[in-house]
Amino acid sequence: MKMTYREAVRQAMHEALVADPRVFLMGEDVGKYGGSYACSLGFLEEFGPERIRDTPLSELGFVGAGIGAALGGLRPIVEVMTVNFSLLALDQIVNTAATLRHMSGGQFSVPLVVRMATGAGRQLAAQHSHSLENWYAHIPGIKVLAPATVADARGMLAPALADPDPVIIFEHAQLYNLEGEPAEDGHCDIATAALHREGADVSLVTYGGSLPKTLAAAGQLAAEGIAAEVIDLRVLRPLDMATIFHSVRKTHKAVVVDEGWKSGSLAAEVLARLAEECFYELDAPPARVCSAEVPIPYARHLEEAALPQPARIVAAVRRMLGK
Amino acid sequence: MIEFKLPSLGADMDEGKLLEWKIRPGDRVSKGQVVAVVDTSKAAVDVEIWSEGTVFELLVESGETIPVGTPMATLLEAGETPQNARHSPHTAAAPQASVAAAASSTPEPAAGVGRRRISPAARKRAEELGVDIETVDGSGPDGAVTLADVEQAAGASRAAAPQAAIDRQAEMRRAIAAAMSRSKREIPHYYLAEPVPMRRATAWLAQANAGRPIAARLLMAVVQLKAVALALKTFPEMNGFFRDGAFQPAAAAHVGVAISLRQGGLVAPAIHDVGEKSLEQLMTELADLVKRARAGTLRSSELADPTITVTNLGEQGVATVYGVIYPPQVALVGFGRIIDQPWVEDGALGVMPIVTTSLAADHRVSDGHRGARFLAELRELLQQPEKL
Repeated sequence: MKMTYREAVRQAMHEALVADPRVFLMGEDVGKYGGSYACSLGFLEEFGPERIRDTPLSELGFVGAGIGAALGGLRPIVEVMTVNFSLLALDQIVNTAATLRHMSGGQFSVPLVVRMATGAGRQLAAQHSHSLENWYAHIPGIKVLAPATVADARGMLAPALADPDPVIIFEHAQLYNLEGEPAEDGHCDIATAALHREGADVSLVTYGGSLPKTLAAAGQLAAEGIAAEVIDLRVLRPLDMATIFHSVRKTHKAVVVDEGWKSGSLAAEVLARLAEECFYELDAPPARVCSAEVPIPYARHLEEAALPQPARIVAAVRRMLGK
Repeated sequence: MIEFKLPSLGADMDEGKLLEWKIRPGDRVSKGQVVAVVDTSKAAVDVEIWSEGTVFELLVESGETIPVGTPMATLLEAGETPQNARHSPHTAAAPQASVAAAASSTPEPAAGVGRRRISPAARKRAEELGVDIETVDGSGPDGAVTLADVEQAAGASRAAAPQAAIDRQAEMRRAIAAAMSRSKREIPHYYLAEPVPMRRATAWLAQANAGRPIAARLLMAVVQLKAVALALKTFPEMNGFFRDGAFQPAAAAHVGVAISLRQGGLVAPAIHDVGEKSLEQLMTELADLVKRARAGTLRSSELADPTITVTNLGEQGVATVYGVIYPPQVALVGFGRIIDQPWVEDGALGVMPIVTTSLAADHRVSDGHRGARFLAELRELLQQPEKL
């Protein structure tokens, strides 16, 4: 049954709230307003204010409260409006949620799920548009997911809630209107990367909001006779490098498409691991298509110019193949 | 304008096939730099240049076979520009070559700077397929050699390889035949031999090697090479070339070392200035030379300028070797196997390790009397190994 990404996120949360009384949702505007991306529309009426809680504008406070609830035996879903705002809760996530199992010698676990929107493309300017997934993917002690499809938006929440440790889920703001089919049983794993398209000439590795753009580029390349393989990372920490290595051993060429900035990016991490583990398989210097190293601009044409676009991906592949 | 001509890489070479240029127009070259790989009948040889300048034109294309002495490239001297350079008569007289040069002198991207671009996958695949990566042309961005280039080259060479291998062996046989026939036809050889006691040399060598790791141990061969080079200082008539009816003594001893190749045949490339180098240095150079001779990556200067040859067939088990001089050299020194023999010393009979040294020399240049004194000098030098 076809649905939007937004509907998939809503259904996943609805299913969790129905299935487990320990699950509750908390965040800015999740209740009366129905969520800033309308993912919890109608929940307040259905589940009541105890389980659908509007919070003050204090990420530090409500993410911390979520950690406390998780420690106390609940299964909180904390929604942060955008990754930019989550920086206010970095201390809670990095210093507390990610460390407690380690520091307590395994006595405490923090079964917390934090959902947040990420990425640009909606003219929300530099304080609402950044892609900082790599900040979290850097941290041991948490799992980082980037559902890029309707199926993953529908399927990733349940295993994330079942995980005994903190899981961060990044929903790219450009994807909410995307339409697609969820898996028949609604389930998926949160461990592996996914092959979206097979090809023998080059491996395109991407995640999140860049997946549709990368698939568009692969389609364009196919018209030129270049068979591009497209891999969606899905899980940003821990990275499933085996799938990428397998692909690059076949194609011997890799382009990573990442809406983050090049410097210190996930794309940099993937390239470094290719250099470490796959050096002798490479038939060309691996390449990256990332965002321009500027705060994401407000003006539409500038914003579009700053982000990875299919044309830039196609150009990078052509350059790599000497075409 | 300087002309770079195909050098003779040995008396038996009258033509060579250019396999690959290592330079491009616009490159600066310095003395001793390897500029091209040329296939002689014996091996693919790295050809060095002995002038300095900026490459102006390449006059010969890869794959062409040209006679020794053919201009291969032109260089601009310091201060010269293509406009003010004096064009050599050759360039004017060879329109065909100029056309080829003009075609190859289109400006190249800066890829010539630094290491050649070969993808790691291409390098690995070339190793697996036994393709010499340096001979593969690159079709990737900036001329990079890619996997596809290697596989294409492997496909091409698989078809051609067996034929080429047979040709190489046949060619080498032909070259050795030509050089040795000329030697026996032209050079009036005389032969001398002298048994040399080796007790001191073997004892000294054992002691010198006692403190060394296996990889750094000296071989008796380098002791012998050094002794030959030192003896040549007293007997310069054994060291040089006989050309155009006259002997040209050589200033330094560049000792050619006869190296047999696994696939058959032999080469005798030179270790330069043997008399001036330490045994350790000679050992390093000998090991390197043997390795490269067998790998087929000798340099032109090593093949072209040995001033005398030493053969050590003793390693193969014979007691004495009488060599055939490699023209235009005038002498060849042989060492046999070291054998324990009955030996009278101070009136008493004992057992002594003996090596039979031999000399084949050109009677047009020296006489048996001098030859005998040369071998005697060699014998005395080998009694004082610590001074070598």
